[in-house]
Amino acid sequence: MSRRAIVTLAVLAVLLLAAPKLLGGYALSVLILVLYFAYVGQAWNIMMGFAGQLSLGHALYAGLGGYIAAGLYTHYGIGPWAGVFAAVAAAVAAGSIVGYLGFRFSLAGVYFALLTIAFAEFTRIGFDNWPWAGGSGGMFLKVERNVSDLANLRGGSEMFYYLILAMAAGILVLCRWLLESRLGRYWLAIREDAEAAQAVGVPVFRCKMAAVTISAALTALAGVWNAFYYNNLFPETAFAMGRSIEITLSPIIGGLGTLFGPIVGAVVLTGLGEIFTSASDQFHLPGLKQIFYGLALMLIVMYRPAGIWPWLARHLGFEERPK
Amino acid sequence: MTQDFLLSLAQAIAKGLLTGMVYGLMALGLSVIFGVMRVVNFAHGEMMVVGMYIAWAAFEYGGVNPLYSLPVVALLFFAIGYVLQRGLIQPFINRPEHQQFLLLLAIATIVVNLCLVFAGPDSRSIQLESQFDSYELGPLVFDAVRVHAAAAAVVIASLLFLFFTRTRIGKAIRAAADNHMGALVVGLDVRKLYAITFGVGAACVGAAGALMITIIPVTPFLAAEYTLLAFVIVIVGGLGSMTGALLGGLLIGVSEAVAGLLLEPSLKSMFSFGLLIVVLLLRPQGLLGRKDSR
Repeated sequence: MSRRAIVTLAVLAVLLLAAPKLLGGYALSVLILVLYFAYVGQAWNIMMGFAGQLSLGHALYAGLGGYIAAGLYTHYGIGPWAGVFAAVAAAVAAGSIVGYLGFRFSLAGVYFALLTIAFAEFTRIGFDNWPWAGGSGGMFLKVERNVSDLANLRGGSEMFYYLILAMAAGILVLCRWLLESRLGRYWLAIREDAEAAQAVGVPVFRCKMAAVTISAALTALAGVWNAFYYNNLFPETAFAMGRSIEITLSPIIGGLGTLFGPIVGAVVLTGLGEIFTSASDQFHLPGLKQIFYGLALMLIVMYRPAGIWPWLARHLGFEERPK
Repeated sequence: MTQDFLLSLAQAIAKGLLTGMVYGLMALGLSVIFGVMRVVNFAHGEMMVVGMYIAWAAFEYGGVNPLYSLPVVALLFFAIGYVLQRGLIQPFINRPEHQQFLLLLAIATIVVNLCLVFAGPDSRSIQLESQFDSYELGPLVFDAVRVHAAAAAVVIASLLFLFFTRTRIGKAIRAAADNHMGALVVGLDVRKLYAITFGVGAACVGAAGALMITIIPVTPFLAAEYTLLAFVIVIVGGLGSMTGALLGGLLIGVSEAVAGLLLEPSLKSMFSFGLLIVVLLLRPQGLLGRKDSR
């Protein structure tokens, strides 16, 4: 990173910490959305951006995490800070199953992606018919007004803002550390050429398993946050393919495999989404917003296929100049 | 009791086979496109829904039976597919999978929401005169609309086989799929062949849509479901294999119908996804796929 990048990052950090005091309710809710997508984008990026394994079923881990923490809370009064362990354990188990089956039977590319979709859909239909989770009628958390109970995650948007900010910052640091670690180097080697990596002694299977379980665990945390922030869960949305696709967009648009790509992608996509919503509200046409959104996606993937961040970083002088 | 059950089971299987033929035709489009240019058409269900809407509109405003508007729909879809491939998809042919996925996802989003803008969210259906006719074969009763749709699907699939085995262009497309470099060396215009292939694939799914509207009402929200269904079918049958797609369509049609009879209706697609997972693990190239096509 160049000096200019470090200064910018510091200013951004201060602004983000002060945001709830500076922004109104609407702007804060948009910022929360940005941070959420930045977070899940980072989590997904570990698997695809670092290790090169395309998952189109990440809603599975977020949905499982959310459902388990919310279910433990509503049925047994177990708070989310304890429930999160069960949530993460379930997501890791699911990730291990998907990963084990996929990698053992050496499914690659499209085939692996379709396996991840199939597991998410399978789980969605299962939850649709599971009374404990409320079936297709959904699961609801009790909403209490004017409380700020951090222990049970009952409170206003300011609390959830700081929580997701901490998570987004944490995962950024974690990803940076992972990428610099031996495991991270192995991942990059596998991403570039799995056979060559295997030949020089990289434990390919174990590294891929590490990628899918770490990614699943981190995604489950987002699911727990999501469940307690929105207070409701439906199989139709929690495990939907649309949800999985949403998770993949920020890192792909921002820059796959980069640390700041998912963040930039989340800013761009959420921003575009909000602009299109307010623009198409004036026409009262359902679907118009999505058409704009689709066109924007198309233009970005056509003209910035490697993502926005690498290009942006070059133009803003954030890269270390070669000496 | 058991005889009643066996009869209703046989009835469900018969119904599943007929629907499965139309599923097979839809999946054939996806399979042809993937088999030749290795691009997964993530907008497949969306194209299907557009086909359903066009056939619906022809019936609603012109009184044309979908079986007669089908050739026009297929031609129109061929043209759309050709242009789409030439203009948008060709530059992505050699790009990484996730970029192709994003491009087709964007196309899918635009298409399905255009349907929403023009046709609204309500479900649209067709009431044909033959709606309540049926054919009887022994104790089994076959809905006339389903029989007609399945027969049309068989005819189109046969034409497609003839196209790929008997015509020069069809053979050239198969050559380009088998050996891209070789096709270039002998002077085939591979770009044009790819565009034709995408057109043919689109025509299949458009025709399947025109048939499907006679069986099932259409809403824009069906699109994603059909995309998934088409994936399941081609993976089960073997991505890139034409007979595999048809066989997969029949299998999924029957398994859905039987699961709908034995289990709760909401569980029926769980059965299909379960089948998909089993096939992916035991025979990832699909039932009729070739080993090297992975």
